Amino acid sequence: MVEPVRIRGDFERAVIGAIEAGLPLVARPYADIAERLGVDEERVIETLAVLQREGAIRRMGVIVRHHELGYRANGMVVWDVPDDEVGRIGRLFGDAPFVTLSYRRPRRPPQWRYNLFTMIHGRTRAHVVEMVERLAGMVPDRSFPHEILFSGRRFKQRGARYAGGAVVSPPQRTGDRALTRRETK
Amino acid sequence: MNDEFALSALEQYLVNDFQRDLPLVPRPFKHIADTLGIGEDEVLDMLRRLKAGGVVSRVGPVFTPNHLGVSTLAAIAVPPKDLTRVAALVGRYPEVNHNYERDHRYNLWFVIAARDHEHLGKVIDDIASRTALPVLELPMLEAYFIDLGFRIDFGSDHG
Repeated sequence: MVEPVRIRGDFERAVIGAIEAGLPLVARPYADIAERLGVDEERVIETLAVLQREGAIRRMGVIVRHHELGYRANGMVVWDVPDDEVGRIGRLFGDAPFVTLSYRRPRRPPQWRYNLFTMIHGRTRAHVVEMVERLAGMVPDRSFPHEILFSGRRFKQRGARYAGGAVVSPPQRTGDRALTRRETK
Repeated sequence: MNDEFALSALEQYLVNDFQRDLPLVPRPFKHIADTLGIGEDEVLDMLRRLKAGGVVSRVGPVFTPNHLGVSTLAAIAVPPKDLTRVAALVGRYPEVNHNYERDHRYNLWFVIAARDHEHLGKVIDDIASRTALPVLELPMLEAYFIDLGFRIDFGSDHG
């Protein structure tokens, strides 16, 4: 397993904490954050620019909820592919325009046999099933055991938060807006 | 499907064309406004409306997995009658972000992000002990394709 890059110091942690739930929707969002942190706007932007240059920020922009736009069928397709072929097949499936994620994950026998995960968002389940058949057909004369796990209720959906601290036991109630972490002080 | 949130043509552009590459400048929304040929206030109003309608979850960064911290996908096979209760328990951890029901014996799927492996391990152990159910831990080993935004097809038949 890869060791993560440590967040460098309290200031960087505070900036990440301030932006994790999204930019404030005001004309100068970084000035707004800077004011809360008691620094100037330029320092906030520079801190984020460093994180972006280093690859810690994968993308920056409008984060859309597909479900609300009619993409009601979210299928996580799990495949059991021979380990020496999973790279080739994972890339092949990932190139399909309707696949939004293609990841290798560990098998956990006997409970879990699948080592390749692809995500497909479709407007209907039938549409997703059709796309899965197209994927399966991309490797001629072979068939890989697979299952489609459609999503049901969404109990929680937001971006990962890294600035938070050492709490292990769950607090009574966390709103997604409860953002300010005590330990950033 | 009539319960979809209806988007104006401008809002469709806003949703599709700015999922990445938002510049790190003092007035990022002015950049969007200039590209769309409208005012900065209009962009902010549209974003507020889209956010209130749940179409936009936020405007901001997506952090690269396992870079600033570590994360893993996890699943639990929950007896169906207990699913709501267990999902609520899991969702209360600030380390848990996505938390979904899926139609499978493993019916609860969630992502845990933490600053290091030690903390991640503690959260998983804590969830397993509080739910009294084993947690299947499925960290990403290799990414063959990662989501860099997703083009919404507004034009097609929604069938």
